[in-house]
Amino acid sequence: MEQLQKIGRELAMASSQGQSKEFQDLIKSIGEARSKSEEDRIILSEIETLKARITQPDIPKRKLKEFILRLVYIEMLGHDASFGYIHAVKMTHDENLSLKRTGYLAVTLFLNEDHDLIILIVNTIQKDLKSDNYLVVCAALNAVCRLINEETIPAVLPQVVELLSHGKEAVRKKAVMALHRFYQRAPSSVSHLVANFRKKLCDNDPGVMGATLCPLFDLITIDVTSYKDLVVSFVSILKQIAERRLPKSYDYHQMPAPFIQIKLLKILAVLGNGDKRASEQMYMIVGDIMKKCDSTSNIGNAVLYESICCATSIHPNSKLLGSAADAISKFLKSDSHNLKYLGIDTLGRLIKINPEIAEQHQLAVIDCLEDPDDTLKRKTFELLYKMTKSSNVEVIVDRMIDYMINISDNHYKTEIASRCVELAEQFAPSNQWFIQTMNKVFEHAGDLVNIKVAHNLMRLIAEGFGEDDADADSQLRSSAVESYLRIVGEPKLPSAFLQLICWVLGEYGTVDGKYSATYITGKLCDAAEAHATDDTVKAYAISALMKIYTFEIAAGRKVDMLPECQSFIEDLLASSSTDLQQRAYELQAVIGLDPQTVANVMPMDASCEDIEIDKSLAFLNGYVQEAFEKGAQPYIPESDRSGNGSVGHYRGQEQHEVSSHALRFEAYELPKPVVPTISTPVTVATSNELVPVPEPSYQTEVRRPVSSGHDLGSAELKLRLDGVQRKWGRSTYSSTTSSNSVSDYNKTQDGATLRDVVGSANSKSPGTVKQQQPEVPPEKQKLAASLFGGTLKSEKRAPSAATKGSKANIHAAEKFQIARANSADVTAIKTASQSLPDLLDLGEPSVSTRTETVDPFKQLEGLIDEDKTPAQGLEGVDVPKAPDVMSLYADLTPSSDTPFSTSEGLANAASQNGHGGNTKANTAHQMSKGPNLKDALEKDALARQVGVNPTIRNPNLFSDLLG
Amino acid sequence: MIRAVIVMNDQGKPRLIKFYQYQTVEKQHELIRSIYGVLCSRAENVSNFIKVDSIFGPDARLVYKTYATLYFVFVFDSSENELAMLDLMQVFVETLDKCFSNVCELDIVFNFNKVHAILDEIILGGQVLETSSSEVVKAVAELSKLERTSSSVMLIPSIPGWHGR
Repeated sequence: MEQLQKIGRELAMASSQGQSKEFQDLIKSIGEARSKSEEDRIILSEIETLKARITQPDIPKRKLKEFILRLVYIEMLGHDASFGYIHAVKMTHDENLSLKRTGYLAVTLFLNEDHDLIILIVNTIQKDLKSDNYLVVCAALNAVCRLINEETIPAVLPQVVELLSHGKEAVRKKAVMALHRFYQRAPSSVSHLVANFRKKLCDNDPGVMGATLCPLFDLITIDVTSYKDLVVSFVSILKQIAERRLPKSYDYHQMPAPFIQIKLLKILAVLGNGDKRASEQMYMIVGDIMKKCDSTSNIGNAVLYESICCATSIHPNSKLLGSAADAISKFLKSDSHNLKYLGIDTLGRLIKINPEIAEQHQLAVIDCLEDPDDTLKRKTFELLYKMTKSSNVEVIVDRMIDYMINISDNHYKTEIASRCVELAEQFAPSNQWFIQTMNKVFEHAGDLVNIKVAHNLMRLIAEGFGEDDADADSQLRSSAVESYLRIVGEPKLPSAFLQLICWVLGEYGTVDGKYSATYITGKLCDAAEAHATDDTVKAYAISALMKIYTFEIAAGRKVDMLPECQSFIEDLLASSSTDLQQRAYELQAVIGLDPQTVANVMPMDASCEDIEIDKSLAFLNGYVQEAFEKGAQPYIPESDRSGNGSVGHYRGQEQHEVSSHALRFEAYELPKPVVPTISTPVTVATSNELVPVPEPSYQTEVRRPVSSGHDLGSAELKLRLDGVQRKWGRSTYSSTTSSNSVSDYNKTQDGATLRDVVGSANSKSPGTVKQQQPEVPPEKQKLAASLFGGTLKSEKRAPSAATKGSKANIHAAEKFQIARANSADVTAIKTASQSLPDLLDLGEPSVSTRTETVDPFKQLEGLIDEDKTPAQGLEGVDVPKAPDVMSLYADLTPSSDTPFSTSEGLANAASQNGHGGNTKANTAHQMSKGPNLKDALEKDALARQVGVNPTIRNPNLFSDLLG
Repeated sequence: MIRAVIVMNDQGKPRLIKFYQYQTVEKQHELIRSIYGVLCSRAENVSNFIKVDSIFGPDARLVYKTYATLYFVFVFDSSENELAMLDLMQVFVETLDKCFSNVCELDIVFNFNKVHAILDEIILGGQVLETSSSEVVKAVAELSKLERTSSSVMLIPSIPGWHGR
């Protein structure tokens, strides 16, 4: 039946619209096509027909018009219709309006402004712009907006400007738009004409005025100051609109000209931003509009939204912001997802001015976060991102990671992963938390995040907290090692993460003696074999192997290489990658040495040691002196070289020659076993031919001089053997220092190599270290200041342990976590309900003065006892509470005590200080815990009843016209 | 600025495509396919806004609405108000409805040139030109009146000078 109706309608339409049968058939057969290939076949045959027929002479024009439309149709379906472009261009020349318009339509859809055929149209456009028929002018202006590029603007500009004062408002309107388009394309070409926009603002026709707001908005965004004088005009226009002085035809859903209102509010928002005087002129009207908005209609809310945006952008006015806050809460409480979305958006704007406001909307925000609507969820994450600080970073980042794991959209995954990284770097309450967070990010989005992040993390693990607490550092490392050992076997780990894992295992795997070298090397080999196609991972793995073996040798233990390691190394010895080959050979060479040497070559945990670079090469002075005495020529700086005596000149030439014939093709000699002698290999390089080396060679370059400190024997050999290496001489040496600090990437990437070759006599410029973690130390200092003396350390760690423990329960799936207690479920529920509402706890001023590690307490506290929190003094709270929180976990998860202290690395200290209180607090705490928790849940339930529930379905805002 | 207006049916078949920045035919289709993919995955009763920076580059948003069998889609950047775009879409549809008296998908298929004409009256070069539905209807009516007269005039003389040109 429906089918019949459809056919009947089709027939009726065909006759009424004068479309030919052929076109009908085409559309119909495409509509009925069963598959894409069938559709393609139909269209291809249509293209053939058109190709043949369109070039025939004497086709009636009406037919031709239809052919052009068919071309447009075909192109819309994604097929190439370029053979017909020229016919569309020809059609624009036609006198007949209908044909001309069809021609223009087709060319605006077919061509871009740089197409070759445009030149054939410009003339027609010029002519048409002068036409008496205003519809022709309009058609031409439409084409102007699309087809005129920078070069052709001058050809039509005079006419367009003239049309600004055309008798018909439709023409004036389009001329304004065309001029605006020119401005977008090439601002300079019309810069002398922008005054016209101001003039057109006073046009009699509201349509023209409304159109003029578009270019003015752009202009004002670019240059606010020169339009401040227009504030009065905009305000008065807005007032007139609000007072319904515009023609009725501009009303839309009982709102007077809402689109124009919105545009005006946008403009006012820009003009009033940071300008008190201008803003004061706006308060009244913006407030009026907010009041008048009909919040039951869609468009009314659109205007309301825009006025909130305006109120938050201009100089703050408490009354306006008050009504904005009211409107926002209405948005957030609405059932419509669209309005909730706007509510979250405006809340994000408002909290910039008034951070406290977020507090009262906590539950609504959390509902939005849990909403199935992705748009809303993402918008809420954006809001959370904006309001993250050290007190809530853990909850927020955890939420983000959870969400990240569950989405497949790589673009957004990348974005949210980098946000997590950014927030974690900025606000991390503890390094341990930071590392665990990073692990999660890497595990799930490792291929999407910047490799620099991995290098930063390596550095963090290597350098520790940046305080003098060796214990904590080593515990951090062992926990990192432990977590990596657990993870490394998993399939499909991203490459960046594996590199990180290999590096850490190599550097610190055997340090604490918990794991045997055999175990770790086995894991490393497995990892490398599982990623046989990834050379970088293999390089990291073999370097890690070398480190572990050398550490073993240096410690006087016997190394028994696992057969799989043996075969792995043998594979690499024959690898097609020279880098891998070299690493393998170096490994072989190094493990053949005696313990003493090995310990020098690969010192333990020396990745952070500074390398001093003697830029003046003072240590060579003796050598140079000796050479002088033997009659050598003094060194002439490059800049002084030309025309500086025949010898110098000659030398200069020779150097050029060397560099121009730089490529040599002899095979590299196998590296000789390292011979430990104290001499200066660099001498060899410096003494004779110094050729400037370009920056990029830095990597290899650094390695050479540094390594030479230990194994000059081989360095010397190599230097003599190949011309290539001899190139790295003096000038590079000086470039080293600069590039050192410049490129993090270079440094760390090479860092691995470097360390491996030289045994972590790595270069670390102090500058880079500071860059890496600028946030943490000041935070810590603050913390130290707020807490007292000796107990400081234990206090500090305790809270993060506590929160971490709770999180382990919330995210049971999380892999790095310890303490998987029997009662995990219970805890999960309890902690979830407790910590959530406080997520948004932005309120108390005391929060900002506290430091990050204190805050986790607050999270729990705030929920447990809300009234008390603000009143509590800093010092008073923290000391006694620490045990409390610990005890909460201790009692919920009885078995977690030991895991905490061993693996978390913090509890050692914490428990010492806290244990006494533990038992005491247990009982007291348990009592207070029950009722409060219930309160929290009740509150939550109540809020939901009141209507914050997101699951209510979204009513249609307007009835579909078609449905 | 508005970047694109797209009308497609619930099978992802485009019915009207208008990009305000030139895109090649292939690119247009890639974009439409990705948009369709996104729209299909949307549940019912969720918001009409989607952030599409993965498809259209930074800052791109999209508003869509289903009318019977058709998706109407506006793509634009942060200089526009999402909810207002939704209403502009409504203006567009109301205008279509007035011009075709009770519009349906087939009207749009068969008269896409007229639909383009209507759209051109509302949005020009990516900017909102006219927001009053009745003004648009007036302009379009005038246009079709003139086209009708000129085409009837055209039928009488036997096409002077098309080939001579």
